[in-house]
Amino acid sequence: MRLIASVWPLCDDESVDDLVQLLTPAGQRVEHPDYRLALEAGELLGLYRDMVLVRRMDVEATALQRQGELGLWASCLGQEAAQVGSARAQRPTDMCFPSYREHGVAWVKGVEPLQILGLFRGVNYGGWDPRERYIHVYTLVIGSQALHATGYAMGVQRDDTDDAVVAYFGDGATSQGDLNEALVWASVNAAPVVFFCQNNQWAISEPVERQSRVPIAQRATGFGIPAVRVDGNDVLACHAVMSAALETARDGGGPVFIEAFTYRMGAHTTSDDPSRYRIADELESWRAKDPIDRMRSYLETEGILTADQQLALDADSDALAAAVRAGVLEMRNPEPLDMFDNVYAGAHPLVTAERASYASYLASFVDEARS
Amino acid sequence: MTRMQFRLPDLGEGLTEGEIVAWLVAPGDIVTLNQPIVEVETAKAVVEVPSPYAGVVLALHADAGQTVDVGAPILTVDTGGESTDGAGDAPADGAAAQREAVLVGYGVRTSAARRRPRRAEILAPGHISNGRPVSGQAATDYAVPTQLGAGSAAGADAAGSAVGAVSRTAGDERALAKPPVRKLARSLGVDLATVAGTGPGGLITREDVERAARPVPTVGRNVPFPASPLPPSYDTSRERRIPIKGVRKLTADAVVRSAYSAPHVTEFITVDVTPLMALVKELRADDAFEGVKVTPLMLFSWVLIEAIRRNPFVNATWDELAQEIVLKEYVNLGIAAATPRGLLVPNVKDAQDLSLRELCQGIAALAETAKAGKTPPADLHHGTITITNVGVFGVDTGTPIINPGEAMILALGVIRPQPWVFEGEIAIRQVTTVAVSFDHRMMDGAEGSKVLADLAHMLSSADAFPAWR
Repeated sequence: MRLIASVWPLCDDESVDDLVQLLTPAGQRVEHPDYRLALEAGELLGLYRDMVLVRRMDVEATALQRQGELGLWASCLGQEAAQVGSARAQRPTDMCFPSYREHGVAWVKGVEPLQILGLFRGVNYGGWDPRERYIHVYTLVIGSQALHATGYAMGVQRDDTDDAVVAYFGDGATSQGDLNEALVWASVNAAPVVFFCQNNQWAISEPVERQSRVPIAQRATGFGIPAVRVDGNDVLACHAVMSAALETARDGGGPVFIEAFTYRMGAHTTSDDPSRYRIADELESWRAKDPIDRMRSYLETEGILTADQQLALDADSDALAAAVRAGVLEMRNPEPLDMFDNVYAGAHPLVTAERASYASYLASFVDEARS
Repeated sequence: MTRMQFRLPDLGEGLTEGEIVAWLVAPGDIVTLNQPIVEVETAKAVVEVPSPYAGVVLALHADAGQTVDVGAPILTVDTGGESTDGAGDAPADGAAAQREAVLVGYGVRTSAARRRPRRAEILAPGHISNGRPVSGQAATDYAVPTQLGAGSAAGADAAGSAVGAVSRTAGDERALAKPPVRKLARSLGVDLATVAGTGPGGLITREDVERAARPVPTVGRNVPFPASPLPPSYDTSRERRIPIKGVRKLTADAVVRSAYSAPHVTEFITVDVTPLMALVKELRADDAFEGVKVTPLMLFSWVLIEAIRRNPFVNATWDELAQEIVLKEYVNLGIAAATPRGLLVPNVKDAQDLSLRELCQGIAALAETAKAGKTPPADLHHGTITITNVGVFGVDTGTPIINPGEAMILALGVIRPQPWVFEGEIAIRQVTTVAVSFDHRMMDGAEGSKVLADLAHMLSSADAFPAWR
């Protein structure tokens, strides 16, 4: 009888030595030969403040869902550094294409939290004008925004500007056809797009080692796209790596793939229960690498963050949470016919006919007293 | 005081109910905004629900263990504020003033009115209803008969009646019914146009269709039914239905999968374990085993691992896809445990590498975690062989079902003093019956019997424990 050995060379923790890191989990600054940090004290505080506020908003949104005020919420808990660091590295006119968990990116891009929460309450169909904020509306179909980003980047190329474009997606999206097609197009066209993958270890309940036998970043090199792995819980490293990648894209160097190695501390969405498929120890080990704790520790040690500033920030956080809660409770339902408004940029005969038909359907109802 | 009522929200997407697992607050408690108040288990997850109000808990409206419909009140909080007395007793939901129902948040659905389809109440097209003309379009699209002529109850002859005809005048007109109900009607041969809908707005329901499909009694109209005493009812009024879910469902799936894919053979042997019981006693007194409560199950486990060393084919998996038998060079020893959640089989990983003391500790830890209902998923995966101890229930033995993916399972019966022929005399000895079920695809009676005989030999001599320190 043959003996079958289990072959499972996985991209586990042992293979993360190549992660770019500028701030250790303990909050200690370390240097990296290829990536230097060039940020002023005020900018460092800004990164920290963004992360703290985004987390507070995220926690409040989770509570609102549990209280029946949101239909769903996809928490970004634990991924604040990857999102804030990478978004802060962008210029205002760099367009980015998020999935549905990029609340930190949206925040940095100037999207109002209530515009995001309206989508999860089901009272708007996107929430903001992408042209105004340079961030596309959330994409719920896994990975398709990578194609949009690549197409947009090819447009930027043809406009001959030096803007760069960012596609945000997760580890699970790298298993999708759309993402792989986007890599092909971006690569052969040298499109100015940065593929920013937040590898949060879990595609809902599917661990990353069940999706790839090599580190996710290594997939990009097969398409001829240079790739770098960064500690996704290190906001400084994420900022530095993203800055360098954007420069490469701007300078005609073509696409860059970044794998930000991070962790989804919460559930996939509020409809999910991660305790059914992952062990508590894993969460604990990542808690020790928390992106906010290490930044706070660093800033306090350096004397950049004072106790008064922290108190003021705590107060701002609570005020933000209260405003978010009040704003959500006040949200009004959209008019049923609003859904036809932005299907096409201009008038379209089919949509016009459908709108008229639906209007007459709505008119066929009457109010009646509740029995 | 202002009383705020919290209704169970839809915690997933499209859930209809949730089970109260545990209350984290009690009446009289002060709660703050977002303080966890209750654990609720839905079909999707167990979640902690945070309080939407700050104040004092006045009442809990559901008990732990109770299943509550989404939208039902679960908690009332006094949020302080002005005393409104009687007025405050009304369910003051989060936005009582808001008449409009929102898409989410069942707490604010207090709309006094609801909408129903405007219905042309079985009238000729063009008739005036509610002071407004009913357009021909609306009448044909949405009109449904709410009542049919007297003859309709008897069946198809209703079709000829004037009332029935109105409902079917226009060519494109369809009776109101949902697709599954239409399908049911088709399969039962019921013409929906002849059915009176009893649902909202004249919607034809499943029950309406089933009623219409029932054969019309042929008994003559004037013949009275014989007056006979009612027979005892054997219907649902005296039955209780328990939903199949959670661990019960998982167990059912696992045993069906195993029982109907792996042909089971079960063999038994009765064995004198007096020396083994003496060893249990000795180990309990031994300093090296301090802090571990040694049980016979642990020594049986040790012996089983030894038996696997001698008979490696029992620690294997049938790989149907690859058409291979996979022998495992590691033993992840599963222990079947009756837990508050139901039957779980957590396993001790790499049991073959453990010393007797470590094995005992491992099994004790598994049992303790399982008893507390805290077994993590990792403990339940990758088992290679299982022991089930039905002896704890006082029974002699059983015919266990193999844990899916494994080749064998060992069942332990109760150990008790029995008359036994010992050294040529009848003696009172500690005796038990051991059973193994094995997958006949992977081994035959010869192999299965050899394992069982090996086990019995080791158990009766305690020979397997020469180097237990």
